[in-house]
Amino acid sequence: MQLGREQMLRAYRQMKIIREFEERSHAEIQTGEIAGFTHLYSGQEAVAVGVCENLTDADYIVSTHRGHGHCIAKGCDVKGMMKEIYGRADGLCKGKGGSMHIADVGKGMLGANGIVGAGAPLAVGAAIAARANGSDAVSIAFSGDGACNQGTTFEAMNMAVVLKAPAIFVFENNHYSEHTGVDYAVGTTGDIASRAEAFGMKVWRGNGCDYFAVDTVMREVLEHVRAGNGPAAVELDTERYFGHFEGDPQRYRGPGELDRIRAERDCLAAFRAKVTEAKLLEHADIDAIDAEVMGLIDEAVAEARAADRPDPANVLTDVYISY
Amino acid sequence: MAIMQLREAINLTLHQEMERDPNVIVLGEDIVGGMGTAGGPEAIGGIWKTTAGLYAKFGDRRVIDTPISESAIIGAAGAALAGKRPVAELMFADFIGVCLDQIWNQMAKFRYMFGGMSRCPAVIRIAYGAGRNAGPQHSQAAYAMMTAIPGLKVVIPSSPAEAKGLLTTAIRDDDPVLFFEPKALYAARGEVPDDEYLIPFGHARMVREGRDATIVTCGQLVDVAAGAADALAQQGVACDVIDLRTTSPLDEEAILDSVEQTGRLIVVDENPPRCGLAADIAGLVADKAFASLRAPIVQVTPPHTPVPFAPELEQAYLPSAARVETAVMRALEYR
Repeated sequence: MQLGREQMLRAYRQMKIIREFEERSHAEIQTGEIAGFTHLYSGQEAVAVGVCENLTDADYIVSTHRGHGHCIAKGCDVKGMMKEIYGRADGLCKGKGGSMHIADVGKGMLGANGIVGAGAPLAVGAAIAARANGSDAVSIAFSGDGACNQGTTFEAMNMAVVLKAPAIFVFENNHYSEHTGVDYAVGTTGDIASRAEAFGMKVWRGNGCDYFAVDTVMREVLEHVRAGNGPAAVELDTERYFGHFEGDPQRYRGPGELDRIRAERDCLAAFRAKVTEAKLLEHADIDAIDAEVMGLIDEAVAEARAADRPDPANVLTDVYISY
Repeated sequence: MAIMQLREAINLTLHQEMERDPNVIVLGEDIVGGMGTAGGPEAIGGIWKTTAGLYAKFGDRRVIDTPISESAIIGAAGAALAGKRPVAELMFADFIGVCLDQIWNQMAKFRYMFGGMSRCPAVIRIAYGAGRNAGPQHSQAAYAMMTAIPGLKVVIPSSPAEAKGLLTTAIRDDDPVLFFEPKALYAARGEVPDDEYLIPFGHARMVREGRDATIVTCGQLVDVAAGAADALAQQGVACDVIDLRTTSPLDEEAILDSVEQTGRLIVVDENPPRCGLAADIAGLVADKAFASLRAPIVQVTPPHTPVPFAPELEQAYLPSAARVETAVMRALEYR
C-alpha cells in the first residue's frame, strides 16, 4: 500500500459518497420523487475512485449510463448532481441532461452517456487533443462488459493504438450487460482484456472490488501511458448491487447471489477491514467519515427536493437556434 | 483574387485556418494518404486533394491520418470537448450511417444536455451528391436528414468562393457544423479571395433577381437553377434564385420576402422527395406566406429511389435545368 493517511481517508470518503448517493437515490426513486431512468453504480465504487484518485483535472474521463460514481470520483459537485437527477433548474446540467448525462467539463469529466459504446471514440478524441497539446494528460473511457461488444469500442481501440494516443480503456466487468450474462455475450468466454491485447496494447487485469488493487494497477497503467507508450486497457472484475436500471427485478440473478456479493465483495467493507487490520486507520476514523457523508447526502437530497424546477421557457436555451 | 478550383479553395482555407489557430486539427481517412506504404506520407494528399500539404506543414499531432473507422473519427467531438477545433473529413456522405450515433446523439447534444456548460466546435467535412456515376452507396445528398437534427449546423457551399467563406466561418463556429461539399463541383473554378473571408451562417445569397417566381435551392443545384433562370429570362420570365448556403440555420426571411414579391415558389433539392428539404421549405411558406401565394408550390427533387449508377439513369435522377424551367412554367400557369 503506497498511500498516506490523508489519501486513504479521501479515497474512502469518495467511495462512501458514491455508495450513499446511490443508496439514497434508490430509496428516493421508490417514492416516485425522481423521474426517468436511473442506473446505479453501487458495488463498483473501488473502480471509479481507484482510477480517478490517480488523475488530475487535466485528465479526461468519459463515462457510461451508470455514471454517477465516475462523476463523483472525478470531482463533480455532489449537490449539483443530486439536483440534476431531480431535474432541477440549478442541477449540474440545468435539468437538461438528467442521470444519464451528467458532465463537468472543467473537471475533465466529459459526460456520462446514454448510448452503450459511445464513450470510447469520444475518449480517443480527447486523447488526440491531449497529444496535440503535448501534455502528459490521459483520457479514460469507462466501458462495461456490454460496451466491449460494440464496434465503436473496437474502432476506438485500434485507432488509439495506430495514433499512439494516451487513451486508457477501463473495462468494468460487472458480469451483466443489461440482463445478459458476460459468459454468454462476450465471445472470448468473458475475457475482455485479451481482446484489447489483440489490438496491440498492453493490458492489465485486477480485482475491481479491492480499492488497493485498482490503485496499484492504475499507477502502473498511468506510468506506462504518460510516458508516451500509447494506449492501454484494464479489465476490472466488479459487482453491481442494483439492477440494470431502477425497477429491474433482476430475475436473471442466481439464488442468493446478491446477498453473497454484498457479503463477500463489498469494496467499502474490504477497505475498512484492510486498513484497520493493518492499523493504518482506526474504526473511529472510518465511522466519522460515514457520519459526515450521511449528513452531506441528507443535505443534498433536502436541497434537491426544495430546489426550483426549471422555467419551461428554458426549453429553448443552450441550443443555437430553435424553430 | 485568384482563380482556383473548389477543392483548392478548401485546401487554402484549411492551411490558413490551421496557421491562424493552433487548436485547429484535421483528421480523416487518407487525408494524408500513403501512411504505412512504400510511397510514404503524402503519397495521396487526400482522395479529394482537399488536405494536400497539411501533414508536411503541421505534423502528425495536428494532421491525423486515421484507419477506416468513421465512428472513431467523429469521436473527434471528444477533442472538441477537450478544447480543440477538430475538422474531420467524411469521404462520402453515405458513410454517415456508420457514425450516426456520434453525430446525432453525441456532438449535436453536448451543449444542450450539459446545460450549456460546453460547446462542441467540431466540423465534419462531407463530400456529397450525385453526378459522378458513383452508384447508390457513394452519391447521396443526405443534408436534409442532417438538417432535421437539432443542435447541428448544416452548410452547403455552391462555388469555390462560397466554400472558402463558409468553411472559414464553420471552423471558427463554436457549434458542430456539417459542411457538405458537392463533390461534382470539386474541380469547378472561380475567383476566391486571397485573404481572410467569412460568410455568416443563416444568410442566403440572391443569385439571380426577378419578380415572376422564386427558386430556392443550394449546393450543386444552384448552377442548375441559375441556368434555368437564364434560359427563362430569354423568354421574358424573371426569377429570384436563392442559394440557401446554410439549411440550418435557415434564412427564412430571404425566402418569405421573395415569395411575398413573386407569389410563386419552386424548391429545387437533391434529396429524395419525402421529408426532404423541398417539403420542409414548402411547409414553411405554406405556413407563413400562404396569402402571398398565387400558385401551388412546386417541388423539384429526384424520384424516391436510390441514386442509380448508369450515366443516363443518374442524369434522369438529378434535377435538371429543363425540369426547373418546366416547374417555373407550371407555376406561371396560375395567374
